Amino acid sequence: MVSIDLLLNAVVAGILIGGFYAAVSLGISVVFGLLDIANIAHPLFVITGSYFTFYLNSNFGLDPILVGLILMPLFFVIGNIVYQSYYHFFEKQGAEPLRGLVFFFGVLFLIEVSIIITFGVDYQLVEAAYLGESLNLGIVNVSYRLFIPFLVGVLLTTGLHFFFAKTFYGRAIMGVSQDSLALSLMGADPVRIKSVAFGIGIATASMAGALLVMILPIEPALGREYIGRVFAVAVLGGLGSVKGALFAAIILGIAESLTATYFGAAWSSGVSFGFLLLVLAVRPAGLFGR
Amino acid sequence: MKLLKRFRIQNIVGFLMGSIFISGLFAPSVYAAEPLKIGLGMALTGGLAAAGKPAKLSIEIWRDDVNKNGGIMGRPVEIIVYDDQTKPSNVPAIYGKLLDVDKVDFVVSGYGTNLIVPAMPIVMDRNMVFMTLFGLAANEKFEYENYFQIMPSGPNPLTDWSEGFFKLASEQNPKPKTIAILAADSEFALNTAKGARMNSKKYGFEIVYDGKYPPGTPDFTPIVRAIKAKNPDIFYVGSYPPGSVGIVKAAKEIDLSPKMIGGGMVGLQYTSIQMNLGKTLNGIVNYWFWAPEPTMKFTGIEAFLSKYQSEAVKYKYDPLGYYLPPFAYAYVQLLGKAIEGAQSFEQQKVADYIRNNAIDTVVGKVSFGKNGEWAKSRALQVQLQNIQGNSIDEFNRAGKMIVLHPEEVKSGNLIYPFPGWQ
Repeated sequence: MVSIDLLLNAVVAGILIGGFYAAVSLGISVVFGLLDIANIAHPLFVITGSYFTFYLNSNFGLDPILVGLILMPLFFVIGNIVYQSYYHFFEKQGAEPLRGLVFFFGVLFLIEVSIIITFGVDYQLVEAAYLGESLNLGIVNVSYRLFIPFLVGVLLTTGLHFFFAKTFYGRAIMGVSQDSLALSLMGADPVRIKSVAFGIGIATASMAGALLVMILPIEPALGREYIGRVFAVAVLGGLGSVKGALFAAIILGIAESLTATYFGAAWSSGVSFGFLLLVLAVRPAGLFGR
Repeated sequence: MKLLKRFRIQNIVGFLMGSIFISGLFAPSVYAAEPLKIGLGMALTGGLAAAGKPAKLSIEIWRDDVNKNGGIMGRPVEIIVYDDQTKPSNVPAIYGKLLDVDKVDFVVSGYGTNLIVPAMPIVMDRNMVFMTLFGLAANEKFEYENYFQIMPSGPNPLTDWSEGFFKLASEQNPKPKTIAILAADSEFALNTAKGARMNSKKYGFEIVYDGKYPPGTPDFTPIVRAIKAKNPDIFYVGSYPPGSVGIVKAAKEIDLSPKMIGGGMVGLQYTSIQMNLGKTLNGIVNYWFWAPEPTMKFTGIEAFLSKYQSEAVKYKYDPLGYYLPPFAYAYVQLLGKAIEGAQSFEQQKVADYIRNNAIDTVVGKVSFGKNGEWAKSRALQVQLQNIQGNSIDEFNRAGKMIVLHPEEVKSGNLIYPFPGWQ
């Protein structure tokens, strides 16, 4: 017989971890989904955000979420610079997307080595008063270590959704993803718009990094373990759909959590990716893709 | 007078030139200056770099210690290290280059089972002595006679590794009855889980949960909750650092408090993780290899740790270095002592010396038995006790990591049952 509290807790744990997955996948959804740039270095930007958070938390006692927020403008600028380099050396010269992939592989290794040199190779974590605590809601137990990343992930996704739907720049980014030539005929500069979009994608990595280091200890190579999962979330949600990324992340989170609870965690990834294949067979554009 | 003086000078010059010629003929002094090259691949980037870099530092400290004292049989030691990037597929090419291009005299392994096994065929093909660093049952299938492994897991690594944990559990009154086993889905952790299953059978514990999780799992609460539903008396975990932290935090958050918890969790020995978990660690019983207890003061260990700790701060490595560094120093120290003991650079003679002698190292006297493992297991079971906070001073002194097993190095008693999460 299925115990109701075990089931409820498994669903809640899935929703919570889904919010975190959404935060990590947002950047991929924007950059890969809207700009067609396969930025496989994105998880390494997330890890960079984690290390900055660790540094500021351990040296100045700053709250991890606050650090994530403070770093967003800096990451936006870094994203701008990376996109400008990519545009200058690859996109402008009409290079094949595969060559762009090589560029991002290079960025990935560069970031990893820089982290090793700057922060060392030891495992690192952050501290905050609320991280060891949990909230008891009757039969459901919610740890702040997962609840806060969920909350921030949902807020970030919602904010970005409204940015794309309601603001001039947001609509311009949606426009450039559909037809950049038409956009340039209307007087807008597609390169500038793409640069802003890429910057936004990387800015989300700073917050995602802060959330990651709240949940798990980090080390420089950790980003590689998340490449598959974040691309899966972005593809399942529908490339370019921020709302889709959140829903897909929560669905995957719940699927993983229920599998881990009832069938063993070893099956979690298999069930998630099986579900992804099933959805793509029925809806090739993903759940919310156009 | 002038003539006499010139004659003397000519004699002296002639004598010196003759000496140089004769020494050239007999050559030993020329060979004595040739470096003794020891080559290895090591995880300097990738997932195991947190262990690989301190290991490299420890090997370099040994090299400096040896060279300061005149080298090995008059030859200065040179270490050649390549980064295997924690990728087993890189290992065969690295050892091929070390042997064919760098022409090293000896090879030793990188860190961990997954990076030792790929080097075995090439080392076996050249019939070389192979000192290895922290392989768990890596020679079980090869049965290579010149393989020697420094981790003190014992002649039956699968079961010896966790034997102490299960023995301690079986001695408690009332004796615990049920056990949950959880392991990361990768070779090392699965081997520990396999050994735990065998020991469960041996000591009569009923397995009520037996699961594994994929590396990279970010949230362990669903798994830990499923285990809590089974209400086991013992929770045995085989995990890597991210999993170890995730499992401990999840167990605390949902208050999974069996009578004994721990076993094969890698990472709890790392200072950064200890400092983060602090008081939460109290009561956990886990494998360990070295702890700053009075029973573990082997010759040279304190001098080595002092050098390591002063260097580790500069490079931001594990600041205390109790887990791997002493053994990384010891496995090359043992090789050096074996060469000197055998009075030979020949592979077979050195291997025979290692096989037939107990050799003093910074981790104690080591003698090898079946399959090149320690003749007798000295896998420690340690219980973390009396931790009051998160400062490094909580972990750099005696009285915190109490050695419960084996008897010959025991430094305190088990607090049983698990006192609950703090």
